[in-house]
Order: sequence, then structure tokens, then C-alpha cells
Amino acid sequence: MKAKEGKIYRVSGPVVIAEGLDANMYDVVYVGEEELIGEVIQINGDKATIQVYEDTSGLKPGERVITYNQPLTVELGPGIMQSIYDGIQRPLEVMKSLQGDFIKRGARVNALDRKKKWKFKPLVKKGAYVEPGSIVGEVKETELIVHKIMVPPDYKGGKVVEIKEGEYTVEDVVAKLDSGEEIKMMQIWPIRKPRPYKEKLPPKVPLITGMRILDALFPIAKGGTAAIPGPFGSGKTVTQQSLAKYSDAQVIVYIGCGERGNEMTEVLVEFPELIDPNSGKALMNRTTLIANTSNMPVAARESSIYTGITIAEYYRDMGYDVALMADSTSRWAEAMREISSRLEEIPGEEGYPARLASKLAEFYERAGRVVTLNENVGSVTIIGAVSPPGGDFSEPVTQNTLRIVKVFWALDAKLARRKHFPAINWLQSYSLYKDTLQEWFNENTSKDWNEKVSKAMSILQEEEKLQEIVQLVGSDALPDKEQGILFIAKLLREFFLQQNAFDENDAYSSVEKTYLLLSLILDKGEKVMELIDKGVKAQHIVSMKSFSRIAEIRYAKDYKKKAQEVSKEIDKELEEIEKSFM
Amino acid sequence: MNIESRKEYKTVEAIKGPLLFVRKTHAVGYGELVKIKLDSGETKLGQVLDTSKDLVVVQSFEDTTGMSLTSSVRFLGDVFRFKVSDEIIGRVFNGRGEVIDKGMKITKGEAMEVIGNAINPYSRAKPQDFIQTGISTIDVMHTLVRGQKLPIFSGSGLPHNDIALQIARQAKVPGKEEDFAVVFAAMGITHEEAYKFINEFEKTGAIERAVVFLNLADDPASERLLTPRLALTAAEYLAYEKGMHVLVILTDMTNYAESLREIASAREEIPGRRGYPGYMYTDLATIYERAGIIKGKKGSVTQMPILTMPGDDITHPIPDLTGYITEGQIVLGRDLHRKGIYPPIDVLLGLSRLMNNGIGKSKTREDHKEVYEQLYSAYAEGKDLRGLVAIVGRDALSERDLKFLDFADAFEERFVKQGLYEDRSIEQSLDIAWDLFSMIPEHELVKIKPETKKKYYKSKK
Repeated sequence: MKAKEGKIYRVSGPVVIAEGLDANMYDVVYVGEEELIGEVIQINGDKATIQVYEDTSGLKPGERVITYNQPLTVELGPGIMQSIYDGIQRPLEVMKSLQGDFIKRGARVNALDRKKKWKFKPLVKKGAYVEPGSIVGEVKETELIVHKIMVPPDYKGGKVVEIKEGEYTVEDVVAKLDSGEEIKMMQIWPIRKPRPYKEKLPPKVPLITGMRILDALFPIAKGGTAAIPGPFGSGKTVTQQSLAKYSDAQVIVYIGCGERGNEMTEVLVEFPELIDPNSGKALMNRTTLIANTSNMPVAARESSIYTGITIAEYYRDMGYDVALMADSTSRWAEAMREISSRLEEIPGEEGYPARLASKLAEFYERAGRVVTLNENVGSVTIIGAVSPPGGDFSEPVTQNTLRIVKVFWALDAKLARRKHFPAINWLQSYSLYKDTLQEWFNENTSKDWNEKVSKAMSILQEEEKLQEIVQLVGSDALPDKEQGILFIAKLLREFFLQQNAFDENDAYSSVEKTYLLLSLILDKGEKVMELIDKGVKAQHIVSMKSFSRIAEIRYAKDYKKKAQEVSKEIDKELEEIEKSFM
Repeated sequence: MNIESRKEYKTVEAIKGPLLFVRKTHAVGYGELVKIKLDSGETKLGQVLDTSKDLVVVQSFEDTTGMSLTSSVRFLGDVFRFKVSDEIIGRVFNGRGEVIDKGMKITKGEAMEVIGNAINPYSRAKPQDFIQTGISTIDVMHTLVRGQKLPIFSGSGLPHNDIALQIARQAKVPGKEEDFAVVFAAMGITHEEAYKFINEFEKTGAIERAVVFLNLADDPASERLLTPRLALTAAEYLAYEKGMHVLVILTDMTNYAESLREIASAREEIPGRRGYPGYMYTDLATIYERAGIIKGKKGSVTQMPILTMPGDDITHPIPDLTGYITEGQIVLGRDLHRKGIYPPIDVLLGLSRLMNNGIGKSKTREDHKEVYEQLYSAYAEGKDLRGLVAIVGRDALSERDLKFLDFADAFEERFVKQGLYEDRSIEQSLDIAWDLFSMIPEHELVKIKPETKKKYYKSKK
């Protein structure tokens, strides 16, 4: 590759203008004597505008700028899992050993370890015909992930003329084709270009999250998209982390985009110790982290989202169900805004660039359940946190996101203040996958899953209406029947919707447990309404002691046994009330 | 010093607010320090904000009064630095790092760049050591841990400075004798307030373990952008080089943000929300994120920024963006203040995100978490009932509700309220809570486990 050279003309924060540089849009450039990494984002005559991924202090006009006319890429191959990268896929662990505890400039580090040897097992024989995307072999990457080695999608493909089992580094050739192409365990892929697939499939299978309110009321499909907007302190990060811990995806890509450093530390400390409820192995085995904290360079924050999604697509191509958490997409949008204002572009709404909507759409469109080039089915689910200023959902990032995503989990400051967690507002949130996933839930849980869920939802809606009256006249003034509904709604809120993310037994609720709790509350609710119809006063029901024991089911190790016990006790108390009243 | 840094340019083309536009011939680095010599012979400091082949934009850290097109400009070829050594402890500096107490100049030490580098997330250690501030509301309800950034959201006229001073005086990790220091950075506060701080530091002897930076209300706005960075450079040195546990108090961040807006508008930048620059989040993050603990290093940097919410509005961009970066917030309430309650901390609006890391058995006390949850829910319920009483009157409440109503009053009077010099241990604070719980029947304490109640609950005779 031949390097082309230009000179710095102007420096303004993370934006550098170079002159005399023969570059294409989105080419990677190396700026100044320290060779800071940047990307061309505008070309105007002889001048190229560059966003620089590192601090630009000390850069001077006249210093050189080099480009190899290559776009910004990521390295894809074994070793990604269990790693923590910055926004341009530099491994932070290696950076620490090179530079110390603070991130300094000008580090050029490989994303994948070049020395480490992996045990390659061929899956095709000599003479087999392979196409772009075909799987030629595999490597055990971690305890949970078998890493498929694929023909890069931009290859021509052909007959395998050489392939051998053995220990290789990511740069060694593991197979040769008659087209002359050589297959290595590492592929290079530009981050702004979606990886190809054969066909997009409609989402039909839910991503089980282990959070009751999500799985029952607002389910997300594998390959779907969801947004979690909420003001600070409403639990966005806790929700995202819960999803990363307990959802039944096979691979997790967690992007800390412009957020707190200590939060990434928490993930780094916790995940290697936490056990995945689905596989029984440490969670870190299936996780990769992209950390570009709020004080790291803003341009690298912009690219961190693309780095993450490209990695997610790569694992999808192996046939895995991948879930990508982006916390937070607002910081990503702000990074775009910051760069755009340095370019003195005419701003759209609230100073965001006019292309905000299309950028968000492009990103979320990279989600999906697909038939891969190698005829497997894989998926990428995107769950993006949004941090609306002042908690106001009418702002541009929230609004433009909602136009694209299919699931909306609205976090509510009021619920958070009442310590109702997860603080997801059940009246504001929605899931457009509800109908398509209906079939799956009916088949895999119980036939009346959807019936029960609708029932619960209508009780909660009824409660909202009644609350308006209660605020005026107090609940005692309501007829007994309405008081009964309020009571059941309260049970649903406190014992079903609420979930303690910090309790070892309650943090994860299997679909069975979710169904059991839901039907228990609704069944008892029906009995309560029957009694009220028979003339029992609501106040007798409300003062019953046994109902509060439903909480114990949430926290019990053997929840089935506990549920039986509690159910019996409630029945007994209900009977007593009925008897004493009749 | 190289030859170029001796070149003096007399080519100022325009002066606008704190900004100078200078034509030059040699290459000037972004962020480079600039000396501006006035016709009167006086020199002032500035920094390069934008550099191109022939024109440079310089931001003056000091007042531009007296500058003219004939002023001369010298580019120093280096970024802004602050000299750190153990000599800085016990000293008072102005907002750009010059000694202003009567002592000697700082002679030894390494000059550190004040724009700090980001801590590699991989190098961070999890913050989990409980800091006892001696203030019940903070210790029990919004527990502070080492390495955390926990701001105080206040309003004008509220006693946030008193609270900051009390914390600076009392903060300690119980049971540990370790090197402790306070770095105090004042931004845009009045002479009177500054005097109070210094006086208080001297009176209590706290000055001997403090480093003070004062940028006062009549000091230039652009200097204010440097002050917190100087303070954090000093703090990082003390924490990571000297192994000290440093508490950094930054007051008032609202003044800082106003300066940021002032400079941005002088540069004719496209404004974001309410005229604040679009990069304010990133800019504030480069300050707040400098709190933390590093694996394998002894010290820590804990931050307590103070800001006054304009119009007591928590959704205003300054508290809003701060809340998105910091690990919780302590919110002061005007209602409580009016009732004469000090410290007027509204526990229902506050939050400490790292609290769970620092409490419980062997850290504070086994009952801490349950007590916290019960206090919160009982007080919230009592406070709700106040609204109802206003409509229907006290007589209409049930026996049970009356107990919660009285609990809320007692909570404010006995738990929240405490003396300016009252240093309560965490045990004392928790015991007060149990005292208050005796006002409520035992079975109503639903957030507390039976075995905990058995150990601590005393019913009211």
C-alpha cells in the first residue's frame, strides 16, 4: 500500500483540516508527527476535513497527514470475546500495559493478539467448494463460544486446495483456495458497511430477557430493536446490564458509549463472576465490551457504535443470536452534533445535524434475524438506551429513535422515585412484536399466556382510570368492586411488575416463573372478585395478611414450592373470610 | 525555549470578548499557551483555541481590558501546566494557579498538563469504601464511597457551602487512619464566600491538609474554565503519586457552565439547549470523570461538585447533564430550608448509585440497607399524606395514617436536622432511625426482615 501525504491546514478541537491530501470519504488518516488516528468526513477542493479520534493538543499547521486510502475497519477473529476495547477497537488491557493507567495519544495497537495460537479444526475437506461466507473450520474461543472461521464475504471463493488442522495465530493461513485466495482466522471489515447476508427473516422468536414486565407485557423478538429512554436515575444502565446478564442471547456486545468509567468497571468486575442462567458458565465468556467513556475522545465515541455493530454482525454470520446493548445512543448523537458544529454545518433540530434521523435508522436497520451466507440463521438484536435532556421524550433523539424501533420501554422518573423498579411505565411502553410472538408464547409456555397478559394489562389500565377518581375523593369512596380492582392492580404492580435486580433469586425470572406469578395473582384476583360479588366488603380483603406473602415467591430459591404454600394460605384465608361473612 | 517562542507578533486583527484573532507566520500548536503583552507593559495569559496556516484564535484567561491591536502576542510552544509537589499542600492559589497567600512561590515539582488524560476503564478499581460524612441523611440515605462523584444540587440562598464545609471537616473512613486531603476549587464565588471558606479552613486547622484554588466572581470567565482542571491535577498528584485520599469540592459548577457558554457565544458557535454549547456534556465529563480509584494505587479521588439549579429547576441543562455523568446527586430542598431544617437535604430526590457497594455488614452495619429502604418508604408515605391532610383535614385520617404523618415530621426534625458541628457516626445515625421506627407498629415495617426487627426494633411504651 502506498501512503499519500498532505499537510495540516487548520486545527479546531477534534476537527482537523488537511490540504493537499488525495483522500476518499471515510478514509483513515494518520495526523501529525504522533500519527493520531482520524477519518475523512468532508472533502472540499484541495482540503479534507478529518475527525480525529484522539486529543489534538499541540498539533500544528504544516505537520504531515498520511493516508493509505483505507476505510476505518475492525479486526474480526477469535479473541474478541472477553475483551474490552475502546471506540476504535484498541484493546484497553494492552493499552494499559503499554501506556499505564491513563490513556495517552498515538497508540497503534492490534485488536487481536498476533502471538496467541488457536486450535483450528477444519470443517471442510480438501477439494470442497466454498463460497463467500462459507464456514471452513472452527476454533474454541471461550467455554461458551465456538468461533466459526468463514470465507470473508468479499472473497470470490473456490475449491479448497489446502486445509490443515493445527495451532495457528490469527495471521497464519489456515486454508488456500484454487482462486489463489488465502483464508486466515482474522478478517478485516469496514465498520460503516453492513456485512452481507442472504435474506432477512421476520422475527418470530422472543429474546427472553428474564425481566417479567418485558417478557410478559412488552416482549422483544430476536433480531428486533428496542429503545429505553429515561431521565437520569431512572435505571437505564441497571436495565441494560440486566439484559446483558440474563437475556438468552448467545453473544453479548455491550457498548458503553459516552457513559461513566465506573460503570464499565462494574461490568468488568461482575461479569467474570456472574453465572449465565442459561448455560451455567461465567457471563464474560459470551461478552465483549466497547468502552468509550464520556471523557474519552468524542470522535471515537461516534465510531464506537459502528465498531460494536460490526462485531455483532460477524458473530451473527456464524449463526449466533447476538444482542447488542448501546448505552447511550444519545451520547452518540451528541458526538455527531459536536463534530457537525465544528464543521459549521447548518443544524437541524436542537443543534443536531439534519442527518441524525437517517444515521439512527441506518444503525437500527443493521439489526435483524437473517439467513447467513452459509445458510445458517443468526440474529442481531439492538437495545439502545436514550438519555433525553430533562427526561423530556419530545426531544429529537428519542423521537427519531421511536420512529424506527419496534419496542419502546419507557423509563419513568416518578416510578423510580417511588422505588418501583424496573421503573418501566406500563402505560407508555409498547411492543409491536406482541402479535408475532403470540404464537411462540402460547406454544412454549401455556395456551393461555396471551389471555393472561391481556387480562393483566386491562386491570392496570382500569387502575389508571380509577386513580384519577381516587385522587379526588379517596379510595374509600369507591364501590367495593372498584376497590377490588385497585387491590388486584396493586398486587400486579408490587409482586409481578417489580423485580429486584440485586437479589440473587429475583434478578432473573424464567418464563415459567413469570407465568406462575402472573397466573397466581390473576387466579386469586378472580376469587377476590367473586367474593366481592357475593357481598364481601373490600376492606376485609385489603387487610388480609397472606397476600403480601406473594413477594416471598419472587425471592425463594424453590419458587414452585413456595408458590404452592402461599397459594394454599391465601385460599385458606379467603375461605375464612367467606365463612365469617356468610 | 525555542526561537519561535521568542517571536513577538504585533498582528492582532480583532478582539471580541475574551478572544483575540492573531495573524502569524510560524506553526502554532492547538491548545498552546500564549502571553499577551499590553501597551502598558502588563502581561496576560491565554490559550490557542483554533489554529490554521495564517490565523490563530487566542482565548485570554484574563480580563481583556487594555488590550488593543498593538498588543504583542507570544506563543510559548507548550500547553498549560501546573507545578505539583508536596509544597502545594496548605496553600492558596488563584484560579490560574498562582500563589495568592502570603507564602513563598512553589519552587520544586513537576509541571503537569492540566488537561488530564482519561483513566483507562480497564485500570479502574471498583469504588467500595464507605466515607462517613457525619451527616445522617448522606451517610444513611445517599452513602458516599471513595472514588465516587456525588454532586450537591442546590439553589441560590441555600446553605450548600455550609454543607460542603461540614463534609470537608468531618469526612473520614471509620476505623482507618490514612492520609487525607481536601482540594477545594471555587469558581465565580463572591469575596465574602471565599473569605468564609478560608477563614473556616484556618480556624479548624483543615488548611494544613487542603489545597485551595480561588476564582472569584470578578475574575475573568475564561480563567474559570481552568480552575477545576488545576484542582483535579493537584488532586490526581496527591492521590496517585502521594497515596492520599483526596476529596475535591468544586463550587459553583453553574458559574463554570456559564463561562463555557460565554466563551462559546463569543466564538459564534452554534448553541445547543438554552444557549449552552453542544459539547457541554463532554466538557463536564472531562471534569467529573477524573474521580476514581486506580487498581494497584493507594490513593483515590472523590468529587463533590456543587451547583445551584437556576430557578430550582432540576431539568435545566446544568443539573441535567451533571446528573447524567455523576454517580447520583444530593438535592437540597427549599421547603426544608424554610422550615429551618439544616441540612435541608430532600432524601426523596437524592440518590447514590454506588451506595450498594459501600454498605452492609463489615462496612457500615448489617441493617443499613433495610433501614434505608424503610426510612425512604415511610417518609414518602408520610409526605404524601401531608397533601391529603391539606384537603380533608387531619381528623379524616385513619389511626395508621396519622402515625406515618407524624413519622414524616419526626424524621425531618430528628434525623434530617442536625447541627453544623454535629458529627454523627453511622451507628448513631442508624440508631436515630430505629428510634423513629418505634413510632410505627412493627408489622407496618414491611421493608425490614423479621430477624433484623427482632434485633433492633424497640416498640414505644
